[in-house]
Amino acid sequence: MRLALSQPSDAAERKSLTMKLLEATIVYALLFFFALLVGIPFLYMFTGSFKTNGQLFSWPVNLLAPEPTMNNYERLLSGEEIPYLQQMGNSVVIAVSQSALTLLFASMVGWGFAKYEFRGKTFLTIFLLFTFAIPFQVTLVPLFQMIVRLGLLDSFLGVILPSSVSAFGAFFMRQAMVSIPQELLDAGRIDGASEWGLFWRIGIPLSRGAISILAVLVFLAAWNDYLWPLIVLRTPEKFTYPVGLATLDGLYKVEYGMILGGAFIATLPIVLIFVAGRNQILDNLTIGAVKQ
Amino acid sequence: MFGRGRKIAPYLFISPFFVGYAIFFLYPVIQSLQLSFYRQVGLTNPPRFIGFDNYVRLVTKDALFIKALTNTTYYALGSILIIVPLALLLALILHSPTLRLREFFRFLYFTPNITAGVVVGIIFGLVFEEQYGLINNLLLAPLGLENVRWLRESRWIMPAVILLGAWKWTGINAIYFMVGLQNIPPELKEAARVDGATRWQVFWHVTLPLLRPILAFVLTIAIIGSYNLFAEPAILVGLEGGPNNAGMTMTMYLYTRGFRELKMGYASAIGYSLAVIILVLSVIQLVLIRAFRED
Repeated sequence: MRLALSQPSDAAERKSLTMKLLEATIVYALLFFFALLVGIPFLYMFTGSFKTNGQLFSWPVNLLAPEPTMNNYERLLSGEEIPYLQQMGNSVVIAVSQSALTLLFASMVGWGFAKYEFRGKTFLTIFLLFTFAIPFQVTLVPLFQMIVRLGLLDSFLGVILPSSVSAFGAFFMRQAMVSIPQELLDAGRIDGASEWGLFWRIGIPLSRGAISILAVLVFLAAWNDYLWPLIVLRTPEKFTYPVGLATLDGLYKVEYGMILGGAFIATLPIVLIFVAGRNQILDNLTIGAVKQ
Repeated sequence: MFGRGRKIAPYLFISPFFVGYAIFFLYPVIQSLQLSFYRQVGLTNPPRFIGFDNYVRLVTKDALFIKALTNTTYYALGSILIIVPLALLLALILHSPTLRLREFFRFLYFTPNITAGVVVGIIFGLVFEEQYGLINNLLLAPLGLENVRWLRESRWIMPAVILLGAWKWTGINAIYFMVGLQNIPPELKEAARVDGATRWQVFWHVTLPLLRPILAFVLTIAIIGSYNLFAEPAILVGLEGGPNNAGMTMTMYLYTRGFRELKMGYASAIGYSLAVIILVLSVIQLVLIRAFRED
């Protein structure tokens, strides 16, 4: 799409230059149009969080906030409606622990499949692939009954444990670890390393890239999850932020600026994480699907 | 910890995962199948075996189940018809190596996908607001079109959810297609161009057939995602799906029956119906994609 800098020497080239210019205009117009479609709702969430209800629901629509008020944030963070800061803290605790557990289980099983031959390996691989296709909704009712029986209702563990075994994570880590050279392991064994030592000191460091991508994906899924925390958690002090925001949405439809404020401060951290690691993450999103 | 035992080491490495998998996935999968043949309301009441009654009732007597199924299928078809062509178009544009601001566009288009469903539902409450909403005021009014009662009239609810879905999912699907485009050797296209093929012909006869594996992946994810749809419509129109239950999806229906009314057996039957539907659709889609390979 970049235009040639040299002057066209004849009519044919001049025509193709016009065509290129036209094409570039259309392409960029299209891209910016879609950028607006994507960006304006975000912008409106941000500016809306500084508006009173009267300003939010008024005509004509104003995408900016000419008379910003901090009142929404003050009321939200003071905890007079819901303990929102605590709920965001709960989300952090749950998402971090779930990521840590998932990563540990996934990298161990991935290492086992990538670097060892053992009886039942093929069977387990095929078995995992088949059961992978079963949607999680099937498990919801029995999982809930199990959580109740274990006394984990309304507890973080009840949210974390069932989500900490990820078949996707297992395949993802196996793919990442399978290319680690066997010679490294043999050398380590000659030097007297234990099998655990090989995993911990060779396997983990050499698959840092994949681990960080999986960490982001698992953290994000846990951070954004609504359905399972909604089922398990029962008291506002235990809620994660999406459950808290949903109650706010249900109770105070008229306090939309405050709800937008809550939505904004919960979205900001993940957008920042993605800004920091965008290229690595975006380039490797399809690692499990495409590069098999 | 693992000593020198190369024989038992692999089993020790895989066992934490598989123990967890058995407890938190396989056991519930089997338990749910069994439960779907029982009537159990509440947590403490004893279950009563009723054979296929739950399934029979779902299909023959439960209008709301059929409604949720129709709504969800409507969403799946509608969103796929918008998302796939649009994502492909964006991928083709963004794939161009000389495009400026490519990383910016790629990242911006992707951001809706990392936003929580609850947050998206909250934002789109304002997007679809009838009097003061963004779509009615910024897109339709300039075109001289009447305000649409997006969330208040049952026939407009699913189109609203489909537009929300397109907003959330087009960007990431464009990235999937970009990966597919990167995997196509440029020599293939060059050879076709040398043979006198137009750009459209190259796209239709070279690029598109080679994107088939990505297309299969995109469609599978889209089908699964459609039947998982929960947070966005639940926030947008409420857990009952709004007027006339027009926004009730399958997963929302499972939630209300299972966790509000505590109909454990019935909800399990809904879960298994969902699994069968997803399985059948995925197989149909794979067969169709394979069929296109022949011509």
